[in-house]
Amino acid sequence: MPLSSRHLLGLHGVPKEDIQLILDTATTFREVLDRPIKKVPTLQGKTIVNLFFESSTRTRISFELAQKRLSADTINFAKSGSSTGKGETFKDTVKNIEAMKVDMIVVRHESAGVPQFLTRISDANIINAGDGRHEHPTQALLDLYSIREKLKKIDGLKVCIVGDIGHSRVALSNIYGLLTMGAKVSVCGPPTMIPRSIESLGVEVHHDIDRAIRENDVLNVLRIQLEREAGSSIPTLREYHKYFGITRERLQQNEDILILHPGPINRGVELSSEVADGPFQIILNQVTNGVAVRMAVLYLLGTL
Amino acid sequence: MKNKIINKETSATQVNEVFLYMDIKATIIDQMGLERTITRLAHEIIERNTGANNLVVVGMRTRGEFLAKRLHKKIKEIDDSTVSLGVLDVTLYRDDFRTRLKQPEVSVTDITFDINDRDVILVDDVLYTGRTTRAALDALMDLGRPATIQLCVLIDRGHRELPIRADFVGKNIPTSINEEIKLKISEVDGEDAVYLIDISKENKQEES
Repeated sequence: MPLSSRHLLGLHGVPKEDIQLILDTATTFREVLDRPIKKVPTLQGKTIVNLFFESSTRTRISFELAQKRLSADTINFAKSGSSTGKGETFKDTVKNIEAMKVDMIVVRHESAGVPQFLTRISDANIINAGDGRHEHPTQALLDLYSIREKLKKIDGLKVCIVGDIGHSRVALSNIYGLLTMGAKVSVCGPPTMIPRSIESLGVEVHHDIDRAIRENDVLNVLRIQLEREAGSSIPTLREYHKYFGITRERLQQNEDILILHPGPINRGVELSSEVADGPFQIILNQVTNGVAVRMAVLYLLGTL
Repeated sequence: MKNKIINKETSATQVNEVFLYMDIKATIIDQMGLERTITRLAHEIIERNTGANNLVVVGMRTRGEFLAKRLHKKIKEIDDSTVSLGVLDVTLYRDDFRTRLKQPEVSVTDITFDINDRDVILVDDVLYTGRTTRAALDALMDLGRPATIQLCVLIDRGHRELPIRADFVGKNIPTSINEEIKLKISEVDGEDAVYLIDISKENKQEES
């Protein structure tokens, strides 16, 4: 019944029952978000620290709102303005924060494996909010939730992840989560952006965006991450848009497609503005659902 | 009337079937009795509220939900007015997260109407410690500001731990803490009945 782990480090190896439980629990919290008073007392007295070593708007606000709506006490830590600038090691920073008695830690870091490392030096429940190019499990869970909300199922759906697969932690978590839930997953993007041997995870690889649009029920379109040297994988953003950008014209090939995007959107690069505001996308639903899904994860780990 | 029976127990949200041995001490209410009790409660509620115009009926998951459905139907039969029916899940408002061994399963509150300035009839099957009712009161307050909240329970078994009293009671049954009241309702259990069960020999089941 409860989750099989007391941390959420990634979706790799997370059993189907756990994902199912998180999605079902999120449905409850989705209802709470529509109430006049969007707050329940469930995590009263729990202290949660948001350790963000990397910049973030959506995820940090989403986690903070989820925590506040569960009545937990939250503390935000950002890299700038902290003692890490004075040369304190990561381990010491965490040990000091933990000495102040915290129950849960939500962590984002530019290095893969940091959440895993935290589980060894801390007794708190650890939630990964993105580690390097590794995983971003809550994003994948909210993608799964949004797909299920719209199409009423995940099992048997054909889902293609489009864009910079190599730099993307969203892609990896999505691949694990979607495969576990029974979807057929493919990835599409310029060959330079697709890691070698990614087929070994059980996904199909191709480089034809028109085919991806025609053959799939869902496209999860990733952001071209300019801050992660994506520029070195493609000649120009204009060329990327020409060959892989989703436009209104291209979507005429499949009028039933559902488009997801983790944000922030580079308009005119991976999505044309028309598509980003158009009828096929559920980008803002994803953001709303993100709060509900994070509330579900916090609830399930926090009351374990 | 002490007989061991195998009982199929399913809850509305749970599909898997749990087989439970129950030590039934007595049948408190049978099928006809339940029908009569609900009819009386409906009349009492309408009488005390001088009509059903401002009423809304809210059942507490999971057994209260089905009682509320029946009560709602009965009230509408008697008074012929439109009364809204909702379902309240109080899991998120419980006070025993830290002391329980098992994580409670949450489900959705389904109250789509406005409860501001309405007379809310809160329906539950068994009133015991009063803690679930306390949680329900908090949950309702977060949904709005009702004119009144009136508590209607099928069985009041005593042992209150909080200053809470029911406005409408189907039956008062003084119990020992080694006993349990079990409502069976045909929508879930295939029969209508209320049993008094001896749990002194088993693992005590959690109850509110």
